[in-house]
Amino acid sequence: MKSILPSQSRPNVRFAEVHRAFSCRRFWAIVVKEFIQMRRDRLTFMMMISMPLMQLVLFGYAINSDPRHLPTGVLLADRGPQARTLLHALRNSSYLTFVREFRTEEEARAAIARGTVQFLVHIPESFTRDLLRGQRPAVLLEVDATDPGAVGNAVSAARTLLNRAIERDLQGPLAFPPAGPDPIDLRVHALYNPEGLTRYNIVPGLMGVVLTMTMIMITGLGITRERERGTMENLLSMPARPAEVLIGKIIPYILLGYIQVGLILGAAYGLFQVPMVGSLALLLTAGLVFILAHLAIGITFSTLAKNQLQAVQMAYFFFLPSIMLSGFMFPFRGMPRWAQCIGEVLPLTHFLRIVRGILLKGNGLAAIWRELWPIAVFAAVALVIGVKRYRRTLD
Amino acid sequence: MSDDFAIDVQGMTKRFGSLTAVDHVDLAVRAGEICGFLGPNGSGKTTFIRMLCGLLRAEEGRGTCLGYDVIRASETIKQHVGYMTQRFSFWEDLSIAENLDFVARMYFVKERRRAVRETLERLGLAERRNQLAGQLSGGWKQRLALAACMIHQPKLLLLDEPTAGVDPKARREFWEEIHRLAAQGLTFLIATHYMDEAERCHRLAFILRGRLLAQGSVADVVGQARLTTWSVAGPDLLTLAARLQRDPAVEQAVAFGNLLHVSGPDAAALERALAPFHTPPYKWRQVESGLEDVFIHFMSRAEGESS
Ligand SMILES: Nc1ncnc2c1ncn2[C@@H]1O[C@H](COP(=O)(O)OP(=O)(O)OP(=O)(O)O)[C@@H](O)[C@H]1O
Ligand SMILES: [Mg+2]
Repeated sequence: MKSILPSQSRPNVRFAEVHRAFSCRRFWAIVVKEFIQMRRDRLTFMMMISMPLMQLVLFGYAINSDPRHLPTGVLLADRGPQARTLLHALRNSSYLTFVREFRTEEEARAAIARGTVQFLVHIPESFTRDLLRGQRPAVLLEVDATDPGAVGNAVSAARTLLNRAIERDLQGPLAFPPAGPDPIDLRVHALYNPEGLTRYNIVPGLMGVVLTMTMIMITGLGITRERERGTMENLLSMPARPAEVLIGKIIPYILLGYIQVGLILGAAYGLFQVPMVGSLALLLTAGLVFILAHLAIGITFSTLAKNQLQAVQMAYFFFLPSIMLSGFMFPFRGMPRWAQCIGEVLPLTHFLRIVRGILLKGNGLAAIWRELWPIAVFAAVALVIGVKRYRRTLD
Repeated sequence: MSDDFAIDVQGMTKRFGSLTAVDHVDLAVRAGEICGFLGPNGSGKTTFIRMLCGLLRAEEGRGTCLGYDVIRASETIKQHVGYMTQRFSFWEDLSIAENLDFVARMYFVKERRRAVRETLERLGLAERRNQLAGQLSGGWKQRLALAACMIHQPKLLLLDEPTAGVDPKARREFWEEIHRLAAQGLTFLIATHYMDEAERCHRLAFILRGRLLAQGSVADVVGQARLTTWSVAGPDLLTLAARLQRDPAVEQAVAFGNLLHVSGPDAAALERALAPFHTPPYKWRQVESGLEDVFIHFMSRAEGESS
């Protein structure tokens, strides 16, 4: 008779490692299993690969809107009364919101690179003098045009606003002839995206959008699937620790996330000619934090979902506000205050600023840090909740 | 506690909301014993087994499993226990070999590849090693699951209906193996609905609605039931059965081939009830109650109590 079961002659287990809090062997066993399963699930894998490509095509057309209250800074070299008039006019505009006056050129540049101001008005030293002589002084308006939809209307509004203010100021003999040219020569200088190409804004943004969607969904599904198919009972009856299971499960997903990033960057560069000014390494590092944040949400969702359908629904539940309120669909500053508050919590909002900052502005770590830490905090909180809620029993 | 007991638990209790699925169950199984775990559907067998290997948290209860605290040391217990789930719980999208390999890695099996290869050969699945587990037939899935939960040579095996859907030959082989392994000191707790399997166990535990009703050897359990059974041969047993069942002293009248088994808890009352039929052509003979009679007796007694 052939025996089905093993003989029990000698112990065949390495007991020394059994009680480790984190065993690399068990962790690796999970990683291997997950990779095999991911390879077998061709359909899902192809979806994850084609999703970024499909979205690139779909979002090729941007949605325009008319944001207001764009933060504006002023570099004031002239202290004459007419320069003050301009400042005053800026303060009263609904399109531009006067944020601060800069003392030095460097200070102003840093602010625009960080994105704390979107407009920068340079008023030259000779402004009042030239104006009074009727020489049409040049005023430079520098615009952060990474999101062209956000600035188009504001630029023309600024032009009208500044000129009307001066015209009101200069009455009587100094008045400009009504039919003549505008009293000031406003020169617009669009920074980062001089041609105002929407795709420069959309394509890098898509990276964050695609990752948000897929990373939450795939983790949520991966864990609820085990529960739904009953394999969780088997997994839990083995001596694996939660950290080994969870980290082992997300490793393949991180890799998948990077494949998506690679595809989008490739398309951005090859098909859409999006400039890549900054450091790619920095972008990939920030991307890892972002990916982890969403994997952590996926884990948390999977502890709440009873089945795979619910996991997908929860992924959408998170995805919709992310895409709507992050500044991807609509310019962030065009949204009402409450929406901005929600947006500030979402990792996607910060990641969009990071991606655009690095790719288009060439920002370094110092400049993106204030956007990176909120994502890191979000990731940490979500991970703690997810791991805490991950049950070691079937209760 | 003595080292002789592989399972020694008292007062194990599990509630799901208002339902008490397992209600203060005590169970002691010696090392090297095969304990059959019987009970109707939904009586709490699976729930009890899950508590033993730390898959469900017991609300009450204490004791040891392989000498480890059953409540606090569940992580250790898992390493030494082989648990076969009632429902096939291996990964259907992994191949047979990959499943075994995964289990072997999780338990730190030495010479893993060899252990996997040997298991495949013993199972007779060596040629189909790369087939997906999900494509196996029901009985083969069962056999794979059984082999997989033994690959790390556990000392205690908790098998939840391991032979459901397995053909008779494979089942016989399985039971011969179980006895061989038990002789080497392994302990088995086997939930089953097959009475022939129950009779092959060293001891039985009978659970009903979460409560342990009887425990001991087959003879003990049959004795505890205090059931009297008569066997009768003759013509038109079906009509006889229908007539007998009207009498409250007759609990069961079940056809076994050409015989009818009539049993009841009260020997004297049963004899009085049968007396009118002790006439030719009927041939009566008192027999030992079978395990199935006892099983049904426990169930109908419980029904009588609750209604
Ligand atoms: N997770 C759960 N949540 C709620 N009730 C449960 C859960 N698991 C089991 N039950 C209930 O507990 C009782 C015992 O179930 P259990 O699965 O232990 O029975 P069983 O003896 O294994 O039955 P079977 O012979 O059908 O396998 C049943 O009434 C069942 O409905
Ligand atoms: Mg069961």
